[in-house]
Order: sequence, then structure tokens, then C-alpha cells
Amino acid sequence: MTAILAADVTLPDNSGYVVAAYLVFLVLLLIYVGIMATKLSRFERELTELNELAEKQPETREAA
Amino acid sequence: MYGTRLRALSIATLLTLAGGFALAAFYAPEDADQGFMQKILYLHVPMAIVALCGFVFGAVCAIQHLRTGASRWDLRSYVAIHMSLIFGAGVLVTGSIWARASWGHWWVWDEPTLVSFLIVFLLYATYQPLRFSIEDRDKQSRYASVFAITAGAFVPLNFLAVRLAQTYTHPRVFATTDGGLEPRMKLAFYVCLLGMALLYATLWKYEMASKNTSAQIKALRRRLAGDEPPGPRRSAAPKLESA
Repeated sequence: MTAILAADVTLPDNSGYVVAAYLVFLVLLLIYVGIMATKLSRFERELTELNELAEKQPETREAA
Repeated sequence: MYGTRLRALSIATLLTLAGGFALAAFYAPEDADQGFMQKILYLHVPMAIVALCGFVFGAVCAIQHLRTGASRWDLRSYVAIHMSLIFGAGVLVTGSIWARASWGHWWVWDEPTLVSFLIVFLLYATYQPLRFSIEDRDKQSRYASVFAITAGAFVPLNFLAVRLAQTYTHPRVFATTDGGLEPRMKLAFYVCLLGMALLYATLWKYEMASKNTSAQIKALRRRLAGDEPPGPRRSAAPKLESA
């Protein structure tokens, strides 16, 4: 822990490349999270539709 | 059920990866030769190892698919290769950034490690088009499994290329007789490697859970709406039994 606290946090000149590499990783992750979020909202919409369909079914059976 | 223990796995991934990157940034000393630039190693190399292991995992799942004929193994193989391709793209981009920073070039064609990884990546990039080109779903899954096994056999060549390479432009820092990684660097590296492996496992489980849920929703819709199963539609994704 002391080593971490004592570490020199001043970034050298070529730090831009290191930051860019880690940013690429972060962007890839964020894109993946975005795709998963889209899928999740589609599932939610489909489940709502299915719930509505399931609620309607007893009425249809009674009418028949 | 692929969603079980996903929360715990996600938290473990986040903690391990954040811890690994923190160790790499603040605990591991700067490399005497490359300086601060060498910090890319803690991201690039674990990602490359995990991507290649993912391809091998895809091949193992494909073997299981051919042995058992169960479509769930085909799906596992498909998702493993899909995730490894994403990791592979990350490896190529971060590797190019590192190459530019240390060698002054975005890509070096006479470096066996780089080129062999690109060959493996491009080989697997044909996996999805191959699947999509076959309309019959049973044939598609069988051929895709054969492809995954054959391509999986090429992956160890990538590791061999690193060992057999005579050039010293690409850093080979493990198991060298005169040096190797400094212990603090080694610790940071192994934590990052574990974090990356956990990230792969988490994303693989997320994707499997998503595909499984999608298949169940389709099956439920057919039961509730009384729809006939849809006719054969061309798709690269494997078909689950419940779908």
C-alpha cells in the first residue's frame, strides 16, 4: 500500500499511447454493454407482449 | 440456466481487473528499456492469451458437439469464438498502438508473433460467413464444428511462433534465463491475466444467457400465440432445441 501511495503519479511524455490502448479496451467494453442493453430492452418489450397475450388467453377460452 | 452466479462473477471480474490495472499502474515498476509504455503489456498480453485460449475452448466445445450432437455445445462453441474474435480485435488494435509507440510503426510484417496472430484472427473471421453460407441448420452446425476444431489446432502454432522466433524485436519476457519479469511486474501481470480470463467468462455467460432467453421467448410466443414454427431462415447463429 505504501508503495502505491509513494508511486510517482506524474505521467511521462509517451503516456498518450498507453492511455489510447486502455481507452480502446474501455470503448470495446462500452460497445458490448450497449449491445447487451439493446438486447435487454428487446427482451423486456417481448415479455410485456407475451404477458398481454397470456392475460387475453383465458378470456378467449371463456368466450369459446 | 446461464444467468446463475452471473452477478458474483461480474463483481469478481470488476474487482480483479480494476485491482490488476491499479497494480500495473502504481505498484509494478517502470520497465528499464521501454519505460511507461511497457504498461500496455498488462492489457495487451492477457487479452491475447485469453483470446487464443477462447479459440481452443471453442474447439473443445465443437468436439463435444460432434460427439453428442447436442446443439447447446454448438452454441457454446459459437459464442466462445464470437467472444474471442472481439478480444482478438482488441489485441490487434492495442498491439498496433504499442508497436507504434515502441518501434515507430503501426505494424511490422517480419514479426512472426504479430503475423501469426493476424492469421489466426483472419482464419476465425471466416467462421461466421461460413455458417451463414450454409442454409441447412444441421449441416451448418456440423461443418462449423469441424472448422472450429481444425482452426483450433492452428492456435498452438501462435505460441510456438513466439518461442521459435529468432528476432528480438518483440518482447519475450517469461522464462528467459537472463532476467524475465521483475516479481512486482509478474504479480501485476498475473492479476491482469486472471481479470481478463474472468471478463471473458462473464461476457461468455452473458451472451449464452441472452441467446438462451431469446430462444425461450420465441418458444413461449409460439405456444401462446399458436404460431407455426417459422420456416427455414438463413442465419449464422446456432438453433437451440427449445427455439
